[in-house]
Amino acid sequence: MHELSLCESLLRIMERNAEEQGYSRVIRVWLEIGALAAVEVEAMRFGFEVATRGTLAEGAGLEIIELPGEAWCMACAETVPVRQRYDQCPHCDGCQLQVTGGDQMRIKELEVE
Amino acid sequence: MCTVCGCGKGETRIEGQDHGHGHDHHHQGDEAPGSRLVRIEQDILAENNRYAAANRRYFSERGIHCLNLVSSPGSGKTALLLRTLNDLKGEFALGVIEGDQQTSNDADRIRATGVPAIQINTGKGCHLDGHGVGHALESLNPARGSLLFIENVGNLVCPAAFDLGEAHKVVILSVTEGEDKPIKYPDMFHAADLMLLNKIDLLPNLDFDLGQCIDYARRVNPRIKPIQISARTGEGMADWYQWLRASRQLALVGQPAPAQGV
Repeated sequence: MHELSLCESLLRIMERNAEEQGYSRVIRVWLEIGALAAVEVEAMRFGFEVATRGTLAEGAGLEIIELPGEAWCMACAETVPVRQRYDQCPHCDGCQLQVTGGDQMRIKELEVE
Repeated sequence: MCTVCGCGKGETRIEGQDHGHGHDHHHQGDEAPGSRLVRIEQDILAENNRYAAANRRYFSERGIHCLNLVSSPGSGKTALLLRTLNDLKGEFALGVIEGDQQTSNDADRIRATGVPAIQINTGKGCHLDGHGVGHALESLNPARGSLLFIENVGNLVCPAAFDLGEAHKVVILSVTEGEDKPIKYPDMFHAADLMLLNKIDLLPNLDFDLGQCIDYARRVNPRIKPIQISARTGEGMADWYQWLRASRQLALVGQPAPAQGV
């Protein structure tokens, strides 16, 4: 449900950047969304369309790059893939995992004119 | 949308504030010919985090210890808070920021205890954000050295991502809910430092597996501390107060001693 406010936040970043960089329209947006970022990609697409209506990014394409979850297993001393925060280590079944990747939600790049 | 103070066109309303804009919106008129790529590499939550950092600085300068209380609706969060305020008001200066989608019922209940409170209505919004809390602080003006509780909107999903500038998130889970809530909503339990298991006076009548619930919570967050309480009977509340005192003391290490009360 918070995807709409994420999109509003995204819009504010684009509006500020447009003033700094001197462009008036956003054609395409690339986002990196991690598997552990608690973001529903479909909700994000819907929120983006709603939040950008009547703005510099109306009708812009939204490219979402989904990144896998990664954690450091203290027992195995190596990076292992995880799909959820409560996953156990696929090698040792331990729970001493520290999430090291896949929890990000970042704007990577914009195509503008 | 306003790019000066960051206000969205949302429906957030803060008691006693009609947030009018002294600044105007202006738009870039010139169009650059052809399209080009702009690298941004910025966290989507960067805006919120900026407001949260400003709130954190505000708290630190005033020796205010701020806790963000999160839970699903109906966990007994407000009842817990009311009892806590009544028990601690002789010991600390206190303040409360109440977040709900609608009504000021909770802030009214808090103010009846004599503790200053301010209500934020988020409208359709499902969580508080750093910006709204910053504006609420302007109105509430909490005392130096106080304990400040933020009661977030009842929701175990969205408030997890939004830093408000608090020292700790405290998640409240009542034993009338399922013991698997920590793995159903892992982000919230991961973000919290303390888990208050509320309504334990009802345990004899329930099938709730307390040990399993704590195991699930630790699986998501090995550093989470569980405390069993009943805001109704008062059982376990002394442990919660002890944690509050201890975490406040730790936060104040290296800070100038706050003036007591105002």
